Amino acid sequence: MRHILSLLLENEAGALSRVAGLFSARGYNIESLTVAPTEDPTLSRMTIVTRGSDDVMEQITKQLNKLVDVVKVFDLNEGLYLERELMLVKVRAESAAREEIKRTADIFRGRIVDVTDKTYTIELTGPRDKLDAFLEAINSHLILETVRTGASGIGRGEWVLRV
Amino acid sequence: MQLSGAEITIRCLEEEGVEYIFGYPGGAVLFIYDALFQQDKVRHILVRHEQAALHAADAYARATGRPGVALVTSGPGVTNAVTGIATAYMDSIPMVVISGQVPTAAIGLDAFQEVDTVGITRPCVKHNFLVKRVEDLAETIKKAFYVATTGRPGPVLVDIPKDVSQHVTEFIYPATVNMRSYNPEVKGDGGQIRKAVQMLLEARRPMVYVGGGVVLGNASDPLTRLVRELGVPCTNTLMGLGAYPATDPQFVGMLGMHGTYEANLAMQHCDVLLAVGARFDDRVIGNTRHFFVEGRRIIHIDIDPSSISKRVRVDVPIVGNVLEVLQEMLQLIEASPVRLDPEALKQWWHQIGEWRSRDCMHYENSTTIIKPQFVVEKLYQVTRGDAIITSDVGQHQMWAAQYYKFDKPRRWLNSGGLGTMGFGLPAAMGAQMAFPEATVACVTGEASIQMCIQELSTCKQYHLPVKIVNLNNRYLGMVRQWQQILHGNRYAESYMDALPDFVKLAESYGHVGMRIENPADVEPALREAFALKDRVVFLDFLTDPTENVFPMVKAGQGLTEMLLGAEDL
Repeated sequence: MRHILSLLLENEAGALSRVAGLFSARGYNIESLTVAPTEDPTLSRMTIVTRGSDDVMEQITKQLNKLVDVVKVFDLNEGLYLERELMLVKVRAESAAREEIKRTADIFRGRIVDVTDKTYTIELTGPRDKLDAFLEAINSHLILETVRTGASGIGRGEWVLRV
Repeated sequence: MQLSGAEITIRCLEEEGVEYIFGYPGGAVLFIYDALFQQDKVRHILVRHEQAALHAADAYARATGRPGVALVTSGPGVTNAVTGIATAYMDSIPMVVISGQVPTAAIGLDAFQEVDTVGITRPCVKHNFLVKRVEDLAETIKKAFYVATTGRPGPVLVDIPKDVSQHVTEFIYPATVNMRSYNPEVKGDGGQIRKAVQMLLEARRPMVYVGGGVVLGNASDPLTRLVRELGVPCTNTLMGLGAYPATDPQFVGMLGMHGTYEANLAMQHCDVLLAVGARFDDRVIGNTRHFFVEGRRIIHIDIDPSSISKRVRVDVPIVGNVLEVLQEMLQLIEASPVRLDPEALKQWWHQIGEWRSRDCMHYENSTTIIKPQFVVEKLYQVTRGDAIITSDVGQHQMWAAQYYKFDKPRRWLNSGGLGTMGFGLPAAMGAQMAFPEATVACVTGEASIQMCIQELSTCKQYHLPVKIVNLNNRYLGMVRQWQQILHGNRYAESYMDALPDFVKLAESYGHVGMRIENPADVEPALREAFALKDRVVFLDFLTDPTENVFPMVKAGQGLTEMLLGAEDL
């Protein structure tokens, strides 16, 4: 099953490689991983999307907690959560297709953030399946380049993950 | 007080009460060696290869319970040390490793003797640090000792660039350390402990399975009292030998791949299993699917939550310090009027007695060729069971574990997790350094001993009178055994050709060498060797090259699917 893990870790050199190294050393899968400092510059917040059975998820969580740089680990799947990902897509936008792409981007609430005579660059935010759906909706041979950030997640409601 | 990084490093070790540091100098640690030279609190032991420095420091920690300390230079110093670091990591041994690094300005430029030490060691340390500013050095070393020795122990490495060891700052050693991301002290849950005690007292076929965590956690005493109070059978893993006394009638022997028939069957057929400081390793319980028994309940005490339900699902997990949890359990048991059903327990012991009567440790002795088991039995008698025994890895290790009856913890030092050949001799040095008056013997083989044989020189320099019991069967014995049993007798590269004359080799280092070829000479030779209290003696026993270790559970098979002897092949 797909799980989204939220981590708080020390914002120190090497902390990311400890987490990434743990996943590769123990054969766990990483679908995506995002990390950036929080409002407290000594802490980083990481979101890892992974897959595993309950037993594997239990081990992943325990092993992450064992890392000395990791302050907190929370599996967002244990409650309600929001998941967002940012995607930038550069598409060929010429003649008849140009208007069609703009309309599709509007439907998905995407924004065109860069324009040339031949291309559009579209910014799109949402859960993973929305971004997938947008790519499906566009004629695949028009897509020149896609960049996705991987998911960031946060719990719903008043509950917060903090030190 | 203004001190250089090098002086600070040594002062920190002094503050931590470090007696010995095992190491090897090189360019990146020259300032640290200079600081060592100018003091007399911390004594440096110069080994002949960095791997040995790590093993010696590791064994010092295993024998004393205090953290071992090693010092190596950058680049090859560190890469040579990696085997020793990984050995300590797999067996959860508290160690602090100090490594030199190229100057901070040279890091990343492929400088001479540069290696990404933090990167290379990351998967085999509990934690590591690269110190970039001398102002951070003292606090980092404090953290290193704290992390290494608390919770589930392990090696921690501190990488110190050469300029950091040279720069000067005010030295203040922090009295305490606070790390928000590391809180190792966990107290076992009271409710779970009560549940465990109740489950144990209601058992009809209880079994206690004890691992290295009991040795590391200094919990032998409450463990032994608990087992005796309940009158239940107890087994130790390879790493747990000595945690429960081997000569006690309730001890059913070591379990696992080369465990006793009775221990393995009792593991499988018990109805309540109490696992203490053990991790259900593949060499210990074999195939997990086969190990599963419907209705058998498992209580698991461990300080590391990730050890619980890793390979085997358990019913009552207790995360906590084994010493405290066992003490609490013992108090509850002693206060309880309830005891195990005596009739059920009697039947259970009767069943175990039947399994014991198979006498699985029996071997055919010979008057013409030395049997390795016989050497270990005689070693046990001659040393009155009171020696510190180190071993390397292979058949000799298993025979030492099977036939030397360890009654006390911290007397059996071996690389159980990583299985590192070359561990034995440097480990014997570390143990002898810790206990100069103790009898220390390294049970080894002609292949393993050659992996760190250069340490005969260190033994000479520091007058470490260890005894080397070489079970020389001219084969990589365990490899040969697997090739015989699993690979159709095709002995690929397992014959040890062109062996040195170990007697002359020992003599060339200034030690005593003895070659023993007849069974009748085994005991006299051992007596003579152990009487030479101030000399290293290399006893080269020419043993039966065809002897195999039994019982044996083939890798991947069930714990009770044992080969008991040659007749089962």
